[in-house]
Amino acid sequence: MLDSLVFYFFASIAVVSAMLMVTRRNAIHSAVFLITALLSTAGIFLQLRAEFLFIAQIILYVGGIMVLFIFVIMLVRLDVALPRILSPRRKWVAISVALIVFLEAIIIVLMSRKIPGQGLLVSNPYPSDKLPPNTEDLANSLFGLYLLPFEIASVLLLVAMIGSVVMAKKRTDAP
Amino acid sequence: MMPIGHYIFLSLTLLVVGAIGVVTRRNVIIVLMSIELILNAVNINLVAFSRYYGDAAGQVFALFIIADAAAEAAVGLGIMIAFFRNRETVLADEMDLLKW
Repeated sequence: MLDSLVFYFFASIAVVSAMLMVTRRNAIHSAVFLITALLSTAGIFLQLRAEFLFIAQIILYVGGIMVLFIFVIMLVRLDVALPRILSPRRKWVAISVALIVFLEAIIIVLMSRKIPGQGLLVSNPYPSDKLPPNTEDLANSLFGLYLLPFEIASVLLLVAMIGSVVMAKKRTDAP
Repeated sequence: MMPIGHYIFLSLTLLVVGAIGVVTRRNVIIVLMSIELILNAVNINLVAFSRYYGDAAGQVFALFIIADAAAEAAVGLGIMIAFFRNRETVLADEMDLLKW
């Protein structure tokens, strides 16, 4: 009961602020609503007993990535007059694509009830009193079976760091 | 505990809202923010299935997706700054340097 109350609270905040983020004209307002959506997603992670990801989401997304976005919004001059955010034709294309995707997914979710066994929609979750300590479990998995992907991710971050520095550097005339 | 369909539905809603943002907005910074929203929606799905199967693999992949999102944001915003220095704009439909 409490579980579902917490879920609906965070889910409604996430959906409403995501919609506001997409529709606001001011880029800073969009960034603030995206921060709200990411924070309520962190709440949903906590409700799913993923404590490590809850902290990682707040530190990395809200503390790192969003600060980067806000810095760039402040660096870049955005107050040029935007006569129209969306042309009507583009808006209708977007709305119809969204409706089609939504209907497809609902049909798939409804059909998946007929799959034998537990189907796609697991109705009996793993018992919450038998869950291992979250961070320990995650670390065992990350540094055991998924060690190679972990190393590759570190190389990816290094490449991205060097790439963004090279990209944003002021060009000099030297070859 | 709630059935997992709720989480799938939430993730789907956030994904569709993000996709609408990517298609309709002209400001490239907001397009990048919508992509972050889409990646976040995928994370909800992974963590929900990880919780329901009692397996940490989903959370490991969610962590990788967060690292990917950080890399993508850094490179994308670096490109944005370089482009703004050249053309003084951040609107997607004025980015036509490669068209002829």
